[in-house]
Amino acid sequence: MPMAAADIEALILAAIPDARVEIRDLAGDGDHYAARVVSSSFAGLSRVRQHQKVYNALGGRMGGELHALQLETAAPSGDEQ
Amino acid sequence: MSDVNSRIDEIVKGNDVVLFMKGTALFPQCGFSSRAVAILDHLGVPFETVDVLQDQEIRQGIKGYSEWPTIPQLYVKGEFVGGSDIMMEMFESGELQQLVAAEA
Repeated sequence: MPMAAADIEALILAAIPDARVEIRDLAGDGDHYAARVVSSSFAGLSRVRQHQKVYNALGGRMGGELHALQLETAAPSGDEQ
Repeated sequence: MSDVNSRIDEIVKGNDVVLFMKGTALFPQCGFSSRAVAILDHLGVPFETVDVLQDQEIRQGIKGYSEWPTIPQLYVKGEFVGGSDIMMEMFESGELQQLVAAEA
């Protein structure tokens, strides 16, 4: 079952409340997304740990329901605040 | 450590650069795996691949081993680096070149 972009965003925000989430539907099929997540809680974390936080927020859907989520994470930098 | 974990551990520690992927380097079976192989090819570094589609035990086990839910997964010198998105980000910033160059 594909997921709606709004559902993905809601799950991320529930776990990382300060996150800024941008989601793009890459193929227009509701199944291939790119997400950019910016949160101050990522500061000082390695990329792997940042992505793991997002995967945890998605509660096991990643790799299953959500096969294709291209993920980019960042802590806020000067030009993004 | 369970059997599958020790098998994975051996693979990870026995190869400087190893990619767990869907399919083979010549015939990747998924776009993300294909992208990961393309990045490693571009770096010109020798690497091993493990086709998780040929081994269901590793396919499931690797997710617990690395606490990472998706495949591909790249390990360099025994350390988990990340999936294809992280590889691409690190490639674009030059970090991946440095990481594998340090191993060459």
